[in-house]
Amino acid sequence: MKSFEEIVEILKNYFSDTSIEPKSDVKFEPYIIIPPQEIDKVCLFLRDNSELYFDSLVNLSAVDDFNGQKIKDEQGNEIMQGGTMSVYYHLESIKYRHKLLLRVITERDNPVVNSVTSVWNSSNWHEREAFDLFGIKFLNHPDLRRILMPYDWEFGYPLRKDYQNPEFYQGMKVPY
Amino acid sequence: MGLLDKEFSDGNILITTTEDLFNWARLSSLWQVGFGLACCAIEMMATSASHYDFDRFGVIPRPSPRQSDVIIVSGTVTLKMALRVKRLYEQMPDPKYVISMGSCSNCGGPYWEHGYHVLKGVDRVIPVDVYVPGCPPRPEALLEGLLKLQEKIRYESITKKKNEVV
Repeated sequence: MKSFEEIVEILKNYFSDTSIEPKSDVKFEPYIIIPPQEIDKVCLFLRDNSELYFDSLVNLSAVDDFNGQKIKDEQGNEIMQGGTMSVYYHLESIKYRHKLLLRVITERDNPVVNSVTSVWNSSNWHEREAFDLFGIKFLNHPDLRRILMPYDWEFGYPLRKDYQNPEFYQGMKVPY
Repeated sequence: MGLLDKEFSDGNILITTTEDLFNWARLSSLWQVGFGLACCAIEMMATSASHYDFDRFGVIPRPSPRQSDVIIVSGTVTLKMALRVKRLYEQMPDPKYVISMGSCSNCGGPYWEHGYHVLKGVDRVIPVDVYVPGCPPRPEALLEGLLKLQEKIRYESITKKKNEVV
């Protein structure tokens, strides 16, 4: 079982300092910030390294940080321009019983993150969900379709904070 | 039932009106579409099981909407599912009845405000005969809903429209 500091140390020996950014002065669980283009490589290392052996992706979820600039669109609705969105990866090694939290920060206006389906197949549907509800595009995902909302849903991504629900969908009134 | 009891010496003859006979036949074997949507479906299955025994009212789940008389919309109707529910309803032969079971199906339930994916009441896509409140309704409540539907069918008339009957 490795502590957070020990895991960071192993990672820093293998990757450059720019790609590993640990954050331990946070209220809850400490995490490591990884650039979106390198997350698949880091994850592959975390899985295959004999000291770490993160064989399980417990959860993959997205968060709309909503930290950009608030502007008004043509209809007068408040929307967000710029800012970031994050993807969180909860990893666990069943063999060594240690856990790790990774965070990838991407641009909100064009969120693109490398897919980790080649590392853990279980991330397939998690990434589809993040795509469906937040609009994050996962590069090299084998089947990036909507998973919960209808396939012909064209009103945006419902869990974004500036999302506006449509009046009608397929002739059905949506608001209460 | 307008039966003339013991008026005839031959016990095999009964006299009634066509309406009463049809209504009695319809309400006594309401075959439901074998389909469930959410947690209400668990209560519906409990109602079908031996303890509450839906079958004593002639209700048995059919695997095809084409052989069914009643559709029990048991659970949250999402926008994605609403189109499928509508198609199931359209596949059923007339006369057909709808029981809306639970708050979600009645009006959106807990998803009424922030449920971006939920249809706020199944009556926006198909006509509902009986609404059963509850979240989820207990089997007794569903049985009560079924008895209300039977009552409605019992007073149906061929000449009058369905809606005019109280």
